[in-house]
This record gives sequence, structure tokens and C-alpha cells, in this order.
Amino acid sequence: MSSSKSVDMQQMRDIDITKKKVRWGEWMIESSLALCATISVVTTAVIIFILAKESMGFFQVVVPADFFFGTSWVPLLEPSSYGVLPLLWGTLLITFGAALFAIPTGLASAIYLSEYASPRTRSIVKPVLEVLAGIPTVVYGYFALTFVTPLLRMLMPELQVFNALSGAIVVGIMILPTIATLSDNALRAVPDSLRQGAYALGATSYEVTTRVVVPAGLSGVMASFLLAISRAIGETMAVTLAAGATPNLSFTFLESIQTMTAYIVQVSMGDTPAGGIAYQTLFAVAAFLFVITLILNIVSQWILSKFREEYE
Amino acid sequence: MMTNQNCAQNLELVSGQLFTDEVILDIDDVTISYSGNPAVKSVSFPIAKNKITSIIGPSGCGKSTLLRSINRMNDFVEGVTVQGQLSYCGHDVYSSEIDPVEVRRNIGMVFQKPNPFPKTIYKNISWGPVINGYKGSTDELVEKSLRQAALWEEVKDRLHESALSLSGGQQQRLCIARALAMEPDILLMDEPCSALDPISTSHIEDLLFELKARYTIVIVTHNMQQAARISDYTAFLEMGDLIEFGVTDQLFTRPSQRRTEEYVTGRFG
Repeated sequence: MSSSKSVDMQQMRDIDITKKKVRWGEWMIESSLALCATISVVTTAVIIFILAKESMGFFQVVVPADFFFGTSWVPLLEPSSYGVLPLLWGTLLITFGAALFAIPTGLASAIYLSEYASPRTRSIVKPVLEVLAGIPTVVYGYFALTFVTPLLRMLMPELQVFNALSGAIVVGIMILPTIATLSDNALRAVPDSLRQGAYALGATSYEVTTRVVVPAGLSGVMASFLLAISRAIGETMAVTLAAGATPNLSFTFLESIQTMTAYIVQVSMGDTPAGGIAYQTLFAVAAFLFVITLILNIVSQWILSKFREEYE
Repeated sequence: MMTNQNCAQNLELVSGQLFTDEVILDIDDVTISYSGNPAVKSVSFPIAKNKITSIIGPSGCGKSTLLRSINRMNDFVEGVTVQGQLSYCGHDVYSSEIDPVEVRRNIGMVFQKPNPFPKTIYKNISWGPVINGYKGSTDELVEKSLRQAALWEEVKDRLHESALSLSGGQQQRLCIARALAMEPDILLMDEPCSALDPISTSHIEDLLFELKARYTIVIVTHNMQQAARISDYTAFLEMGDLIEFGVTDQLFTRPSQRRTEEYVTGRFG
């Protein structure tokens, strides 16, 4: 570039920095990006609004105490009763059973992957676990119905076709990858210098893992449990298919139960008229479910953010 | 359990002088390779009991690799092979009947960067002895170890606070106390002051003088003044070769090798 040209530029240029130009291209890009970001925020707000509005309608008819503490859930037949406890119980039974299976197995897998597996083994096992997380949940439902339940019935002939046990097992298998991969990340985030320090004091691999690495990564591990549990609580299709649709305050895993989400599916698929009380039960149940999973997610986020400061 | 006894009195010639100190660890023709590439080549020198031996040399000369092979910390690095003999009290630490966990119970280590556990100060000290079946009073052990590391006065009122609340220099002294709580025979130190300020560094150097009455110390340092100040013997490594080993004063003032002289006078490295 020659110097004469730049002199020309200076002479040509209108030197007035106070003149503010609106750059329309910039403005459009910025606005459309902001719009996209707004969509999810607005959607969430609308969902909360609708849940709240329809639940209000429900609670004008049904006394909240009857809903939260009632032990019988017969919303669609006369005489109706609206005690949510059997549904909540169904959800808790599935979640508890799934956690009972997935937490030890998931943590053990994470420990194996992070502390014992060779890089080669890890490079095979971890993607397989992640594929497991990507399988549509309805497939897990059929897996329960056509494989897990028949297998269990061979061992326990008194087992019903739809039962909580089979549901809990497949939900457990479903949340296992969440626990295994997130806990693995948490354990691998523990600095190697801590392991070395422990080995240098004459610790065995087992002592290093259980007494240094897992405690140091504990908040990340706990957060993975909570996230997995909140997935189990919100799980729908697999449980509906495996555990059936019988609201039941049963204390055994052998009978059919109904979870909160399974109830929502059942009613949504029928021809319940909009505006009626049966229709509003959907929103009351959904709002309740939303509050439970929201609290769990907030708690696990809080634990995760604490975890970031741990080694500094 | 390997015994601390039976360490034979070895006599070797070092820089033309008779090595009259008791040898606790004998490094004999040791070659250490990473996936076949030698990082330390046929190195031999003795480590004298209750003395400070420093290993100096330019970056990448293999000094840390050599140090970490003494307590088998290189076992955790993929592809490392060790040839030759590292005789600790008459046992080759790489022989097949030796348990590396036992070796590390007897040969402690302090790392370049302070690495306290994210636990309380108290638990950092008691951790090693407790997992190794220590039955005595941990209170006494914690106090004794912290006193030996010259940290007791600073932390005695906050033993149950997190070790991460300490300053870098305090953390490093905590790591020294943690290693001392195991009452090791030998304490290996891998550039223990490189992450510290000059005041913390001088604290630790003072400390090492006191510690050598009870422990044998092997220290890797890139700081030649430090090696000259604190150590009794010095080994100078370059590109994996031992260029010179000798009494520190002599190595720094009248080195027998031209390379040593050039390095200690700061002409390279």
C-alpha cells in the first residue's frame, strides 16, 4: 500500500466522530441471537404460568390437604378422590429401586474407569456408556416388558406382568450412564498430585481411591447422583410400559404401580375434555413433579458449583 | 516389612577420596528409559545416611526421573523401565520380591508443588500413619511432626481447618510434616522450593539442616546456590549422564570436570 493513497484517504474522510451511525447488519444479528436466547426463557415462563393457572383451578375444587395427604387416587371415576400419595409413592418406589441399583454400579464403573482402566479400555467403555444414555426411553420400556419381566417371572412366578421391580431395574439401567460418566469426570478432575502424595505415603491403590480420590471428588459424585435421581423421577415411557397404571400404595416391588408421569401419559392419551377437573389434575400433578425435580436440580447445581472451588 | 537395620557400612572412592559415611542407598549403574529412550544413563553414586545429597543439573537432565525411581514413583508412569540396581539397605528396590508400597513407607517424598489433601491440617498428618496401621496417639504424632517441620506454632490453634487455607510455604511445610509423620528412613524432595517465595524457601532450608540429624535427605534442585548452601554431597547430571559426584564444597569450588565448572559458574544451564 503506498503512502500517497493513505494521504488521499485522510483527505477524503469526513472527520467527525460525533456522527453516530446505526449499523443495521450488526443490529439484526444481535437481535436475532437475543431472540433465540429468549425463546427458551419465554417457554419456561409460559409453562410455569400454565401449570400454576390450571393448578389454581384444581385447588379451588380440591382442598390442598386432600391432594397432598390423601391416600386414594381415583380421579376419573365416581366417587372420585384426589389423594396424590399413591402416585408419589409409585414415583418414589421406582426412583428408590433405580437408585439402589444404579448408584453402587455407577460409582463402581466410574472408579474403574477413572482409577483402574487402561486408556485403551476407557476409550472403548466410555463411548458405550454414552450410547446407553442416548437410547430412547420407550425402548427401555419394551426391553423391560419383553426381556426383564419374563426373566424375573421365571425366578418369581408370583410377579405381575406390570410391576415396579422391572420398572425400577430398567430406570436404573437408564440412569447408570449418567452416574458413571459424571462421576468419572468428577474423579478425573481430582488432581494427580493428590494421588501421588498418597502413594508416596505408602498407600495402596485401594486406599488412594477410597480415602483420597473419592472424598476429594465427592461433591461432583453427589451431584451426579442427584441429577440421575431427578431423571428417574421424571422418567415416563419406560415406567409406564414396565410398571403399568395402577395407583397403588403397595410396599412391594412385585405389583403394578403408577407413577406421576405415567398418570399424565394415561390421561393425556384418553379423551379427557379440557377444562374439567380430570383435565386439571394433570396440571396439579405436573406442577408437583416440576417442583420436586426443580429442587433436586437446584441442589445438584449448588453442589457442583461448590465442587469447583475445592482444590484451590 | 523391610528393616531399617543391617545397612552395611560401604566404602567407596568418591572423587579420589575414601567415602567414609554409612551408605543407606546405593545407586549402581542405573539406566531409566521412557519407552526405550534413556533419560538416565548408567548412573552410579551412593547416598550417605543422615546427610543431604543434592542432585543438580539443567532442565531435562533426568534428575527428577532419577529421584522418583528411588521410591518407585515412576511405576505410575506408562512405559518407564529401570535397569541396574538401587540398593536400599542391601535390597534392590526393583527386585521382584520387593513390595513397592513398603518401599514408599520407608522412603518418603515431598513434591515440587505443595499437594496437601483437601482435608484438615490434622488429617493430612495422620492420614499416612493411620492407613498404615498406626496405633499410638495421633495427637502426639501430629504435634511432633508439625514441630519437626517448624509449622506447629503457626497452626496449633487451627488444626481442624482445611489445609488449603494455609499459604504456599506453609502448605509445603505441611507436606514435609506429612512425610515425616511416617518416620521414613529417607526423604526425597523434588524441587521443594521452586513454587515458594524466598522467605518460605529459607524456612525450609533451615528446616533441612535440623532434619538431617534424623533423616537422610535427597533433594533435586535447579537452584545451585541452594545445593551449595544445604547439601553435603552433590551429584551433577547432564543429559542423563552423571558428570560428577562429590563432596559439595569441592564440587562447587574445585570441580574435576570442565562441564561441572561451566555449569556451576553459570556459563550454561
